[in-house]
Amino acid sequence: MIAAVISPPDAFLERAPQLLRDSVTGFLPEPWRWLVNALIAIGLILAIFGTLFAFLTLAERKILGRVQNRPGPNRTPIPFLNIRFFGLVQPFADGVKSLTKEDIVPRDADKLLHFLAPVVLLAFSILTFAVIPFGRNLVPLELDAAVLYFFAAGAATELAVFMAGWASHNKYSLLAAMRALAQLISYELPLLLAWVPVVMMAGTLSTTGIIEAQAGWKFGFFPHWFVFTPWGFAGFVIFMISALAESNRSPFDIPEAESELIAGHLTEYSGFKYALFFMAEYFGMIALSGMAITLFLGGWRAPLPFLEFIPSYVWFGAKLIVLLLGFIWIRATFPRLRIDQLTRFAWKFLVPIALINLGNTAIWSLLSNHSAALQLARWPICAAIVLIPFLVMGRKLSAGVAPRTYRYAAS
Amino acid sequence: MSLPLLLIILVTLGAAALAMALRNLIHSALLLIASWAGVAAFFLWAGAEFVAFAQVLVYVGAVSMIVLFAVLLTRRSRADLAVAPDSLGRAFSGFLAGGAVFGVLVGGVLSSPLPGSKAVEPTVSVRDIGTQLMGPNAVALLVVGVILTVALLGAVVLAATEPKPDQGQAQEGGR
Amino acid sequence: MNLDPLHLCLIFSSALFCIGLIGTLARSNTILVLLGIELMLNAANLNFIAFWRYGPSPVPATGVLFVLFSIAVAAAEAAVGLALVIAIYRHQKNVRLQEANHLKG
Repeated sequence: MIAAVISPPDAFLERAPQLLRDSVTGFLPEPWRWLVNALIAIGLILAIFGTLFAFLTLAERKILGRVQNRPGPNRTPIPFLNIRFFGLVQPFADGVKSLTKEDIVPRDADKLLHFLAPVVLLAFSILTFAVIPFGRNLVPLELDAAVLYFFAAGAATELAVFMAGWASHNKYSLLAAMRALAQLISYELPLLLAWVPVVMMAGTLSTTGIIEAQAGWKFGFFPHWFVFTPWGFAGFVIFMISALAESNRSPFDIPEAESELIAGHLTEYSGFKYALFFMAEYFGMIALSGMAITLFLGGWRAPLPFLEFIPSYVWFGAKLIVLLLGFIWIRATFPRLRIDQLTRFAWKFLVPIALINLGNTAIWSLLSNHSAALQLARWPICAAIVLIPFLVMGRKLSAGVAPRTYRYAAS
Repeated sequence: MSLPLLLIILVTLGAAALAMALRNLIHSALLLIASWAGVAAFFLWAGAEFVAFAQVLVYVGAVSMIVLFAVLLTRRSRADLAVAPDSLGRAFSGFLAGGAVFGVLVGGVLSSPLPGSKAVEPTVSVRDIGTQLMGPNAVALLVVGVILTVALLGAVVLAATEPKPDQGQAQEGGR
Repeated sequence: MNLDPLHLCLIFSSALFCIGLIGTLARSNTILVLLGIELMLNAANLNFIAFWRYGPSPVPATGVLFVLFSIAVAAAEAAVGLALVIAIYRHQKNVRLQEANHLKG
């Protein structure tokens, strides 16, 4: 379609990761080569996303500080040099602190489960990275049912939350874990329903196939990403809202609402185990953002044809950082929801909209086989199908919210 | 004999047996989840990856949650979680019946000539499963959908508390 | 003794089935009984996959499809069963099967 001077897949920077890997492992015999390649992929994922996690915590604290008119962490000096440099080494200081802190296990706790909960959580949140395409040909694991794998691996986080809450032998932990589970289960449904339209249109569950389906340009410059269709936009918004809730981020951070629940299921955790929970939360957030990019934002594809000379993994990283900054921005902006508002929002708003969107996608794909007039008409039709229920239900949901009544507080 | 298969069998059976023998209900439930995950691993080993992921999604993700919620909702104190030991006669007769069934099954399996392992591993892509579900098995799919809907509504009705007459507002039920 | 993989899979599934059966018969806690039944269902699913993998099958996806339906039905069964457990508990503050012998609460 585009007659570029160098077609992008063959550009040197585009193939650099593979060339580098093959130059290291190319001489190995076949089964070993596969094993070493897999180990390299695992090591790279851990290293890159571990670093990203570290600096994401710093970015979050800095941005939150900026929003709240304070400097944020800025005093950690680089060791031996005594240069502060905007507190850039803060994450490492945090890491050392959580490593050297005392690890307290309550006397009556279920010791084994208390230990297993953070381990299970972190292990499964790392597993989800396996199917995300980080760039052209940069998928750690090519699977036919990759999207299903992603959400199956993510399903185990609920289990870890329960284990943490129960093993702590603390009734507040347990209650908070039950609340967290109610939230996670409620938002699992819209999360799953939001990506079904994508699978319907792409006709495949493989992440590479889904990105393949978003290739090409309309009018030569407008990318074919799913987010630029009425159903795709609705699906993307639903997906991101549910992702916020699934990764326990504000405004859905009821599981660890510090001001009302101490720290929820994390109350009895300290030291490095607490850090592991924290890490798993950020990994979950990064993985869900990566999945959203793959499903709706065209994966590693460039947004404009003439920008294709920039390698694909750079585009993926840029999109990922934009989404993560969006997460932080939302955290800084919105107040926390109450638990009943939260579940009502999921069951009475997100799930119906997601179901309507599913039908909407079917109509979209049916109309795509018809004449040019219908091709044009399907845009307003499909936009109306999502927008009208959105307005009606949104009005109904927010009706009577305005004057807040305090039923349980002293009147 | 393939080592992964033996490992899967060992973990699955061990977790299941331990789960059925333990007193603590939560431990039982968690071990059973491990056993279900073992079954999923077997599916993966056999090359049915779609079924394996469905098994994990449904059992480890959903059924486990229902079980754990049911365990926690049907107790008054933490001590209730340790189930009182059952009568010896009951356990003995259970073992007798189960052992007899196992003997009959194993005898039957070992004495029957089964087709040898196929040279080619059967592969089924997600697309194949989709066309099969939507084509020849569309009726079964619809029936399963109806069953799931009815079961969901039935579970909500069964588990929901009756609204007290003075309050008059229905509780959120189901889970 | 040299076992076929198919024989091994079938013995595996019968062992799982019998563990579920023994649990169902020997325990009196309703939740454990339900979990035993789930184990037996899983053992049946194992058989479907084992035969799909090693047996002669005219339609290539039959075993897989059957297991998918079976998983769906098992999920429905678990939901209704555990809702029943909660309903029983509400009536008699107990989940022992022996005491659930009233038709009217």
